[in-house]
Amino acid sequence: MNTYTLPNELGHFGIFGGRFVPETLMKAVNELNDAYEDAKIDANFQSEIKRLLKDYVGRETPLYFAENLTKYAGGAKIYLKREDLNHTGAHKINNAIGQALLAVRMGKKKIVAETGAGQHGVATATVCALLNLDCIVFMGEEDIKRQALNVFRMELLGAKVVSVTSGSATLKDAVNEALRYWVANVDDTHYLLGSVMGPHPFPQMVRDFQSVIGKETKKQFQLSQGKLPDAVIACIGGGSNAMGMFHPFIEDEEVSLFGIEAAGRGVDTEFHAASLTKGKPGVLHGSLMYLLQDQDGQIQEAHSISAGLDYPGVGPEHSYLKDIGRAKYHSITDLEALDAFQLLSKVEGIIPALESAHAIAFAVKLAAELSAAKNLVVCLSGRGDKDVDTVKTILGGKK
Amino acid sequence: MNRIEQTFSLLKENNRKAFVPYIMAGDGGLECLTERLEMLEQFGATAIEVGVPFSDPVADGPTIQQAGIRALERGTTLRGIITELAKAREIISVPIILMTYLNPIYSYGIDGFVRDIRNAGVDGCIIPDLPIEEEEMITAQLANVQIELIRLVTLTTPLERIKTIASKGNGFLYTVTVKGITGARNEYEGDLNRFLKEVKEVSPIPVLAGFGISNQKQITELSTACDGVIVGSKIIDLFKANNLSEMADLMSVFKKESKMV
Repeated sequence: MNTYTLPNELGHFGIFGGRFVPETLMKAVNELNDAYEDAKIDANFQSEIKRLLKDYVGRETPLYFAENLTKYAGGAKIYLKREDLNHTGAHKINNAIGQALLAVRMGKKKIVAETGAGQHGVATATVCALLNLDCIVFMGEEDIKRQALNVFRMELLGAKVVSVTSGSATLKDAVNEALRYWVANVDDTHYLLGSVMGPHPFPQMVRDFQSVIGKETKKQFQLSQGKLPDAVIACIGGGSNAMGMFHPFIEDEEVSLFGIEAAGRGVDTEFHAASLTKGKPGVLHGSLMYLLQDQDGQIQEAHSISAGLDYPGVGPEHSYLKDIGRAKYHSITDLEALDAFQLLSKVEGIIPALESAHAIAFAVKLAAELSAAKNLVVCLSGRGDKDVDTVKTILGGKK
Repeated sequence: MNRIEQTFSLLKENNRKAFVPYIMAGDGGLECLTERLEMLEQFGATAIEVGVPFSDPVADGPTIQQAGIRALERGTTLRGIITELAKAREIISVPIILMTYLNPIYSYGIDGFVRDIRNAGVDGCIIPDLPIEEEEMITAQLANVQIELIRLVTLTTPLERIKTIASKGNGFLYTVTVKGITGARNEYEGDLNRFLKEVKEVSPIPVLAGFGISNQKQITELSTACDGVIVGSKIIDLFKANNLSEMADLMSVFKKESKMV
């Protein structure tokens, strides 16, 4: 592949992306773009991010050879990029730190965010506590029930959590409410969007902040193996950990990129979150992307055992990479993810987030088809502590 | 000349102000859409905005959100609305402006959508999540059949950008009078009249004020600073409560027989 420079100045990745927001937000979106372009080339800003990622988050995270999981799969070697070891337990903090520092730079004192599983909300609340910013987090009523502990965490960190009861009362509706709040409070508030979605520059900016995952992986793998891995694998809800892992490898065509969506109860049922596998292009939350929608263009509810993948859209850059064939997208069911959750816990002593368990499940399948000479890297995007209750309830009758 | 341009040039000649009500198609059932349009025309509407329900209306407050949910629960679709509007056009003579988020149009197919609304006698479109940066996906098609794209400017739009946006259209400029989403409000913040006058000064086309307008006092005040008002949530509430007399009162100053504000 030639040099990859997307998005263009309009924020388009091919037909995808863009800035499909109400006029009230255009000034804020354009100001954010200018501020980000400015910050990107400011050495002080970049070194402040680096310092916090190292001293506060604990980067770099290890690239760990999962020998037992490799033996279990019986084929290609499986490596895990340990984003679960970050402060707050997931990759979300990489983006939260970048955007919060940018908000401070822009003179914004208040942060609004959406959250699904609560991981992005916790990461945002954490950074707001650190940088002394007011924080309000919108969270679907359903998710508040599913993730009560994360709600308490956010409150402990000083954030205000607002329950969203409109629509399906999950992540999609939390984004709607966060956008409405931003429309009404745009003067002093930054919207700290948690994934590679939304209007330009969010998909690009969040990808850039998350690219530390792929950059470290590349360097670590080269250092220990003297080459690049054959494939990298990551789970996809909105797609931020996957985009962070993929982006530094896009021009390295010998590296296959696999994004794993949530198939829920199966992609042929109504209960899944596989936007790339089953959706079609459309516009939601400021961006043109693959979307789960009915024949009249009404957005459908997504379903997954993991709240973090429970979103009917997927970032515009993933939509583009699918269409040009550079990345491949597969899906893993709730049951397969549950098995992988238990498997990794037992053989490696690592309890993965249910989101990340989707990537693990696919990696085990793929590894089994490949020879031991091949190397796979899985982005272990988060730890599973938050999911222990959910899994306990589901397995309750069986164990 | 498009029906919207004709209507507004006639208003100007007669030194009158515009009242544009908004209703949600399918709220109360699609079968009552034509009847409601007729009623609004009789009450003195200058033009009527017809809303298309969408699952995720990020620019709308609770009143329009709920109206949209009621319409969707009744199985309202964009296709059904266009069919009903074609029938209404036989009876209604005021301009009809379709207000819809982009995704229902995108899903319908832009070329087919423009063809079908033209055949149904629709005169204009408002697409709240389509800023000028992205509008090229539909402007040529609309221009071909003389359907007006009605654009919005807001309290956060810089003056230079207001000029750019205003210069693009031939219908009217929709000026959003609150920093926020749709919904009835009793008071406005800050110096709204000055803002409207600024917009009016730079706009070559009529300027209408909308968002948050719910009472006679606001209507009178805002109308002095611009060319008229758009009222949405309040109209929806009044239809829901079946309070037609208050609706008639609210619009009374705009009836052709009455004296102008």
